[in-house]
Amino acid sequence: MSKSKITGSQAVILSLLEEGVDTIFGYPGGAIMPIYDALYDYNKNVKHILARHEQGAIHAADGYARITGKPGICFATSGPGATNTITGLANAMLDSIPLICIVGQVVSPLLGTDAFQESDIVSISIPITKWNYQITSPEEIPATIAQAFYIATSGRPGPVLIDITKDAQFGELEFEYKKCSKIRSYVPEHPVNPFKVKEAAEIIDAAQKPLLLFGNGVIIGRAEEELRQFVEKTGIPAAWTLLGLSALPSDHPLNVGMLGMHGNYGPNLLTNEADVIIAVGMRFDDRVTGKVSDYAPHAKIIHLEIDPSEINKIIKADVAVLGNVKKTLRMLTEQVLPKTHESWLEQFRACDQIENEKIINKDLFPEKPGLTVGEAIRIAGDKTNHEAILVTDVGQHQMIASRYFKFKHPRSNVTSGGLGTMGFGLPAAVGAQLGAPDRTVVAVIGDGGFQMTVQELGTIAQNKLPVKIIVMNNHFLGMVRQWQQLFFEKRYSFTELQNPDFITIAKGFGIEAHKVEVRGELESGIQKMIDHDGPYLLEVIVEKEDNVFPMVPAGASVSDVMLEP
Amino acid sequence: MNQEYIITVFSENHIGLLTRITIVFTRRKINIDSLTVSESAIQGIFKFTIVIRTTEEAVKKIVGQIEKHIDVLKAYYHTNDEMIYQEIALYKVPTQALYESDIIEKLVRNSGARILEITREYTVIEKTGHKEETQALFEELNQFRVMQFIRSGRVAISRDPIERLSEFLRERDAQIESTHEQK
Repeated sequence: MSKSKITGSQAVILSLLEEGVDTIFGYPGGAIMPIYDALYDYNKNVKHILARHEQGAIHAADGYARITGKPGICFATSGPGATNTITGLANAMLDSIPLICIVGQVVSPLLGTDAFQESDIVSISIPITKWNYQITSPEEIPATIAQAFYIATSGRPGPVLIDITKDAQFGELEFEYKKCSKIRSYVPEHPVNPFKVKEAAEIIDAAQKPLLLFGNGVIIGRAEEELRQFVEKTGIPAAWTLLGLSALPSDHPLNVGMLGMHGNYGPNLLTNEADVIIAVGMRFDDRVTGKVSDYAPHAKIIHLEIDPSEINKIIKADVAVLGNVKKTLRMLTEQVLPKTHESWLEQFRACDQIENEKIINKDLFPEKPGLTVGEAIRIAGDKTNHEAILVTDVGQHQMIASRYFKFKHPRSNVTSGGLGTMGFGLPAAVGAQLGAPDRTVVAVIGDGGFQMTVQELGTIAQNKLPVKIIVMNNHFLGMVRQWQQLFFEKRYSFTELQNPDFITIAKGFGIEAHKVEVRGELESGIQKMIDHDGPYLLEVIVEKEDNVFPMVPAGASVSDVMLEP
Repeated sequence: MNQEYIITVFSENHIGLLTRITIVFTRRKINIDSLTVSESAIQGIFKFTIVIRTTEEAVKKIVGQIEKHIDVLKAYYHTNDEMIYQEIALYKVPTQALYESDIIEKLVRNSGARILEITREYTVIEKTGHKEETQALFEELNQFRVMQFIRSGRVAISRDPIERLSEFLRERDAQIESTHEQK
């Protein structure tokens, strides 16, 4: 790299190129215009996707990161542009998604003066970023961006925000880029303690009813193969958190299903019978544990986790193995004895049978006239040969889709877990499709969440992204309505929706769309959607007052999982 | 059981770090009783001494979450009896009161306080000690109407023979190296 001077804005773009960035999601505005001007010269090297709202841009970057494992890049201007990224940053923070959000800021002499479009975004974003930094001079740009990439992607990943004043963008510097690989005050992952691995292996070898729980850590650490080898050697049934979904194929004989509030019957009920719980890259979220004091009372807890502050945060670990699960799972697999747990697995199968009879068959093959979300998901999964990427929004459809879509390949599920962000689905599908242009992306979204970020249909149309959108329309905020029915005496306070004509809306954006209201047209409707070359919206009118079961009521123990109201 | 804990945080000297650290307490709705920040023995590394009342379980988690901040090197927590600590208090009393009786003089002598400045109108007295001690002197002096009073945050030093941070920094360097090797 020559030592001739370039502007701060050019340095931003060159630094991103040095880090291998090929896609940026963003929205221009006053205080980031110099960076957009520099970007104009590099449109052959990097693709910029113009969202219709900064929240759309940052969720798209999030979806891109989840599918590719690379950090998602988001640009926004100062003030409202920056504050519109807040929900997206919080979402990425809770789900450990690497994002680099670069926002413009007013010129440095005006900082703190309530200048036009000034917001103190660094202070605002502290609790919802892994790291953030304000750049006020151009010389800081390369090193700060290098640090941002290192911090966002190493250890437990997370979003970082860089706030760059407009004068730093205009100013000049001698550009030299050096990737960051060490920060004195930051240990991304701790070396694995082999004694802890040995201790864990001994407990696992002695276990009669062991249960493995896997989460996002397996996907972040690209440890899907290590997970499969471990469960196959030990014969231990494995259950997934919402964000662990797709790390182990759905039809794997040791995959016993989903944990948590709307998870499967077996893994919830039998958590409290297990004698050993092996938690792999998961953090015992309250949606998974139910009532903590009654959680897994007979089990020794082995916790494989990269973030020391997660150890003993909710559930006390008998043995904590710190480190990247890709390493710790491999070390553990070497140490444990080959085993099978047939009679224990049989208990899960017996639970499956009960769940099939009471819930699943009725969801997937309903006999009542109204359509169910479950049957639409089943058909969409089958028609895409279970090889598609599933993107969901938040609510009933999210739980149902997670339970029934079924996956063959890892990194196939994009959903907002920790924050539960309605409106995430549509923009996240934009990012997922750009991250995996050759894969089918099916975005399943409720009628409520769809209307929160519906403007991103414009982004999909402009970029000709062949996203298949299924809007599950029950004219209700379904999950809230379900709770109102079960816990608030059917007082449906402000959950019923009068919806617009989604078909007209999609067509207005130039997106092909079709509505299905009867069972006879469902399969052909979904087939037509998948076969369509380009983006497509399928609206499915589903039963108004269907509920998601099983359900662990808030505050109840996982073994109190309900199969019906 | 709630009790007093002293949290010691070693960090890089970066803008906004105080907010980052205090936000951890705000989130859990824990009040900070006292806070002192100053450069440590190692140049460029700053030391925060924070006093809170909470449970041991909570303080452990708080320290874990403070350590998660990228610019924080290390955080420790201790109970009061594990640390040697002091606070400093300044009292401004009317100089007239010293003329009228020898009580103030005796109080200063007996409590190990000292006089910093005397003017025609007021006298400034300084005392270091634990909060109970500086408070007790305040009560005594206040019979002469204390005109102004201020107490500092706590400074504390561990009973360990060595500064734990330098040892920690050495260990951390070794640790980062060995994680690189494991890859």
